[in-house]
Amino acid sequence: MSASNYATERETTEGRVFTVTGGDWDDVVSGVDPINEGRIVVNMGPQHPSTHGVLRLVLELEGETVREARSVIGYLHTGIEKNLEYRNWVQGSTFVTRMDYLAPIFNETAYSLAVEKLLGITDEVTERANTIRVLMMELNRISSHLVWVATTGMELGAISIMLYGFREREYILEIFELITGLRMNHAYVRPGGVAQDVPDEAIVKIREFLKMMPKRLKEYEDLLSGQPIWLERTQNVAVLDVTGCVALGVTGPVLRSAGLAWDLRKTMPYCGYEDYEFDVPTHPDGDVWGRYLVRMAEMRESLKLVEQALDKLKPGPVMVADKKIAWPAQLAIGVDGMGNSLEHVAKIMGQSMESLIHHFKLVTEGFRVPPGQVYVAIEAPRGELGVHAVSDGGTRPYRVHYREPSFVNLQALPAMAEGGLIADVIAGGASLDPVMGGCDR
Amino acid sequence: MTDSKPSTGGVPVPVTPAGATSGAPAEFPPAAPAGRGMFGNQGTGDVSGFGGLVRPQHAIEDSPRPYGGYFDEVRDALEEAYPAFGEAIEHVVVDRGELTLHIRPERIAEVCQVMRDDPALRFELCSSVSGVDYLGTDERRLHVVYQLTSMTYRRRVRLEAAVSAEEPHLPSVTAVYPTADWQEREAYDMFGVVFDGHPALTRILMPDDWEGHPQRKDYPLGGVPVEYKGAEIPPPDKRRSYQ
Repeated sequence: MSASNYATERETTEGRVFTVTGGDWDDVVSGVDPINEGRIVVNMGPQHPSTHGVLRLVLELEGETVREARSVIGYLHTGIEKNLEYRNWVQGSTFVTRMDYLAPIFNETAYSLAVEKLLGITDEVTERANTIRVLMMELNRISSHLVWVATTGMELGAISIMLYGFREREYILEIFELITGLRMNHAYVRPGGVAQDVPDEAIVKIREFLKMMPKRLKEYEDLLSGQPIWLERTQNVAVLDVTGCVALGVTGPVLRSAGLAWDLRKTMPYCGYEDYEFDVPTHPDGDVWGRYLVRMAEMRESLKLVEQALDKLKPGPVMVADKKIAWPAQLAIGVDGMGNSLEHVAKIMGQSMESLIHHFKLVTEGFRVPPGQVYVAIEAPRGELGVHAVSDGGTRPYRVHYREPSFVNLQALPAMAEGGLIADVIAGGASLDPVMGGCDR
Repeated sequence: MTDSKPSTGGVPVPVTPAGATSGAPAEFPPAAPAGRGMFGNQGTGDVSGFGGLVRPQHAIEDSPRPYGGYFDEVRDALEEAYPAFGEAIEHVVVDRGELTLHIRPERIAEVCQVMRDDPALRFELCSSVSGVDYLGTDERRLHVVYQLTSMTYRRRVRLEAAVSAEEPHLPSVTAVYPTADWQEREAYDMFGVVFDGHPALTRILMPDDWEGHPQRKDYPLGGVPVEYKGAEIPPPDKRRSYQ
């Protein structure tokens, strides 16, 4: 390489470094043979539009071939698990919902199931509460998969699918807002049931959604499935077989796209999933294309589940009867927009000193959970979402650990990327669908 | 808290009542040892009657047989396939429909190997590896908890290995379950448990130059007091706690 005015070179401990200041690019690179010059280390992220959040990839390249890939995480670590230990068990819902922000209902449900199991009230959760949980989880699964198909499409060059995917997700978020009051971070599923009942207008809106969505899914497939670029970018890309998946702990659509029909809703049912009829879609190839097909099919299965859940919704309580675990009063939104219950206030202030004391104790202190530990796992959009909850008998969690599918699945990225082209790193990484909020917690 | 107050930008600040800052419970550090409330009656005006309240702690006890469900089968299969069972397994606990095997830490990798490979056990998937710090209730306070899943038999079992904070070493199970790689790194990062034989045991969630292990119970939560309408709200770990 000749010395150039445009690229001064100097020796560092990392090797020769060129500083490009401008000029003719051909002059600058003329002497550099990328193959013979050895490997180039490229730092991708953490602020990169196609790494799905603040994920940093360190790639060692030979030409365009990835020789080694290492993912660096932790940029979104917020210490939620530690924070939980300083709040009472009910307050935990508001924290865990913020972990995997694309699947908040799943975080809440897993947490609630763990607390209920610790309390020994799993069987007391009402049928309506369980049906609402299934309803919300399946809607959430669709919205999460929609974001997946939207962002993955965008990252592989199909911009239109991004707009459509987010449009339909917005519709689901509106349903969530009607039911929970918030588009995201709902804290809706609580230990013992759900925070409030589903209003009638939400049922109407969900029915409309069920009518509209199959057509829209068809449109997405018309956009993507036959498109040559999409096929080229996804077929036989980032292949991981069942052995690799199980060894690396990969679950969810990625495992099912390799051919193993492992779905906790079927294999270890919870929330009454055993009473629903649905299929577990699989694909034999274990490539990005298979993951796309599996997720599209899963959205259709979720629609079936939502419809069945709506049909199953029978009037009844949405919280356990035990008022120590349920909130002391069913709050309603008052004229000032704050949650309140005038009836309850009149009772505790005017009639019952006991109620006032109980209210005070339960709200400031929370309920006690008998000592012990449990592990509860549910099928989140990204795979097995497990909660290991430990109680020391107090009013606060002693330890809560989330087995986040994003965190575990991301370990498979080097196995998918190494030996392939750098462009396929994007496809492979996107096909794992990592959400860094969940991954880093 | 000191007498010199920071400027509050014109918002009136109420005068601190006499005695309120002289070691009242709200100012105590968080209840670090498990089961100890913050009503520490140490020469303060605490007349609540809860002074020095300590909840009784229970040692790990073996569950009586039969355990019920598939737990007996799992135990028997492991006993048959693993000759050192008596020495390696400290306790077998069945609680809330879950089976926990307490394993001697130095044996954990061997046990995992048997759990994975024995045809009667077949725990192919290591779902989760995490830690729990039982500060003050267990001499070997750092527990590493492994959740194993058998996809063949649709079973779950929990393995638990306890190490002390002074000697926090146990073998890595990454050779048996490659998925334990990042999860062991997380347990190292958060609890300081050292997994011998791990290919690259570095921090994963915290920055590389971080000091301390944040999920340990003696590691403070941190936080700053927040002013709200003139009153100062202490950070969560400094608030009065009712345990």
